[in-house]
Amino acid sequence: MIPLILIVLVTLATAVVAMSRRNLIHSVLLLIGTWAGIAAFYLWAGAEFVAFAQMLIYVGAVSMVVLFAVLLTRRSREDATLIPESLGRAFSAFIVAGLAFGLVAFAVLSTQLPARKGGASTISVQQIGTGLMGSHAAALLVIGLILTVALLGAVVIAATEPRESEEDAP
Amino acid sequence: MSVPSLPGTLTSSNGWGTVLAPSSSAAIGSSPDSWLERAPLMLRDYATGWVPEPWRWLLNHLISIALILAVFGLLFAFLTLAERKILGRVQNRPGPNRTGWGGVLQPFADAIKMLTKEDIVPTAADHVLHFIAPVALLAFSILAFAVIPYGRYLVPVELDASVLYFFAAGAATELAVFMAGWASHNKYSLLAAMRALAQLISYELPLLLSWVPVVMLAGTLSTTRIVEAQAGYTGGWVPHWFVLTPWGFAGFVIFFVAALAESNRSPFDLPEAESELIAGHLTEYSGFKYALFFMAEYFGMTALSGMAVTLFLGGWHAPLPLLNVIPSYVWFAIKLLSLLVAFIWIRATLPRLRMDQLTRFAWKFLVPLALINLGTTAFWALSADWPGAMQLVRWLIATAIVIGPFVLLGRTLSAGIAPRTYRYAS
Amino acid sequence: MLGTGILQGLAVTAKNFVGSFHDPARYTTVEYPEVKPKLPEAYRNFPFLVSENATDPMGTLRCVACQICEKECPPQCIYIEKSRDKKPDASGKLQLYPAIFDIDTSVCMSCQICVEVCPFDAIKMDQEFEIATTNRFESLLLNREDLAKPNSYFHALHPTEAAEVDARLAAEKAAKAAAAAKAAASATAKPASASPSGPTIAASTPPPQPLAAPSAEAQTPKSTA
Repeated sequence: MIPLILIVLVTLATAVVAMSRRNLIHSVLLLIGTWAGIAAFYLWAGAEFVAFAQMLIYVGAVSMVVLFAVLLTRRSREDATLIPESLGRAFSAFIVAGLAFGLVAFAVLSTQLPARKGGASTISVQQIGTGLMGSHAAALLVIGLILTVALLGAVVIAATEPRESEEDAP
Repeated sequence: MSVPSLPGTLTSSNGWGTVLAPSSSAAIGSSPDSWLERAPLMLRDYATGWVPEPWRWLLNHLISIALILAVFGLLFAFLTLAERKILGRVQNRPGPNRTGWGGVLQPFADAIKMLTKEDIVPTAADHVLHFIAPVALLAFSILAFAVIPYGRYLVPVELDASVLYFFAAGAATELAVFMAGWASHNKYSLLAAMRALAQLISYELPLLLSWVPVVMLAGTLSTTRIVEAQAGYTGGWVPHWFVLTPWGFAGFVIFFVAALAESNRSPFDLPEAESELIAGHLTEYSGFKYALFFMAEYFGMTALSGMAVTLFLGGWHAPLPLLNVIPSYVWFAIKLLSLLVAFIWIRATLPRLRMDQLTRFAWKFLVPLALINLGTTAFWALSADWPGAMQLVRWLIATAIVIGPFVLLGRTLSAGIAPRTYRYAS
Repeated sequence: MLGTGILQGLAVTAKNFVGSFHDPARYTTVEYPEVKPKLPEAYRNFPFLVSENATDPMGTLRCVACQICEKECPPQCIYIEKSRDKKPDASGKLQLYPAIFDIDTSVCMSCQICVEVCPFDAIKMDQEFEIATTNRFESLLLNREDLAKPNSYFHALHPTEAAEVDARLAAEKAAKAAAAAKAAASATAKPASASPSGPTIAASTPPPQPLAAPSAEAQTPKSTA
């Protein structure tokens, strides 16, 4: 029980602090800590493959994407403001966040999870592999297609920019 | 080589793995459990026998952590010395030979120098990140040492998905490179960090694709089982290492080149070369933090070499059955050291690649070859049960599929480039 | 094929590595304080004064304090004071000698002009370079005792040059001796042949000889007067 409490505390704490930092880069790095906390949770639950995949993908790759996005789109070195612009905006923000939380909480609490006692039945990597290639092959292919389309789109956008700027310049 | 029967599910106990776990029954052709092989285990049992039962696992882990830090720390120290001496000899000069008996104490002199240097942090730099970056880099590099089998009974943590763990730890090091460049508050550092990141990400793909065939044929992601799958000798003397198969050789070469790039070694050392944007993302680091960056680089190099030995070179197996008298950890050390010397040899020989040459090489050459290697391995796996005479055909076909695209791609990519002619030098 | 160049390069470096252990051409480092480098003969650092033998260095200096080197030295680092008396030099002739001969090596630029203009081959270039001192000016001013070194030292440093100088000096000496012998022979012959015109002829015969002498040697020491 103690490890679970520690992991949950670390994950939630980093998430909360990430949302409250003024410096955007600090927020991103704390969010990476949150993802690492989730990976630790997977490890605690015995899902090794998912835990390492989480580390590899999120901490190794998605963090890069987020950092590049933050770096390339920020206007200046000033930090983000935390004070809401108006009372109406703050109010509607609370409402929306509360609705989202309520929806997710309802979904989680109403799911009938099969109760397994004595967690000795962990799934091996091989079972995951046969599952992905067998019953879930269609989903895997669709995701692969989406990623390929995104990659191609990014390459196209990056490749056509210089030509436009050349046209603009005299 | 036949595909071994698919192993059953392996459950790791409570996610912590078993320390110094004994592998399954003795593989084919290896020595019986000789005293030398069992000596480390006996020592460990003797040491942990002093504490009561509930604390034994903690002491086990602490011993393996301390051993890894000590052994690989000393290896790092003497690797820097070996590098300087080997580079010197290649360049017609001795390396450092003044500090104690032919230069042996040089690494310790360097350590003292680094420790006593002033630690300068720019005022506008992000102090927290500036401090954390080398620490995080080193931490993730050391984490990778946990899953390499150093001997028959010497793997610190036995995991079901240990290869994935290794590369997950390696991927997290890229984050620290970015942190280092960002925290310096120096636009040139940031630019260099972006370049370094681009290089690391480009070579991540060939690195990961090169060991997928190994996992395909060994049927497991666990390093201990991959090493076991390379046991046995054909005809009494040819070992079953993966590097001695066509697809394994191609995979090993791609892995080696990608490992060179992942650890920022020559010829891919653009991020850390002295003439490139000063010192790249390490510009604002001085003293011990700089030393930590280099320690992390050498640890990464060593860990990747260890993984190459495990995946392709047969791990701790001896090359000939009669050499099994030499214990398994000695064989691992010999193979590891020869790979490290190969790293140094390549550094002494090749000039640095430019950024665009680097990325072009990764995306246009290594990634297609790695993908084709996957196909070769699939063919190899499916043709494992061909009758006796057809095995020769199998080898020929596999070799053709490996060499053909290599030559063709090489010709296509170097199409407009002729060998260099010199006007004045003859 | 791609990669053959890299393999050839690896072979070259391997050959260099292995060769550096047994082949001196592939290991060009001279490990300096333990092994002194072999300096070329024409290497020069600061000048020294040549004396004929080592047993009496001050008494056998070739230098006669003509002060030509002092005047020709571009940074004017030589300071000479002539002696008041004359001492016999190595060939027994009475010569002036330098009472003080100082070279300031903190100023000397090793241009070798003093060597080129010396008519007596008295000052030559030394090769000593390990002369670092702890005080800034005092130890860098070399006096006559520091500068005087024997001819054998000169032979050890610059063998061909020393041999050439010795040969030339010996030839001059021999030519001088031959001219003196010829003068003595003709002087004894003249009084025997013409006794009335002895004084006038004796007075007229000596002058041609000093004129004939310079043609025999390259540099006639002006100390024949």
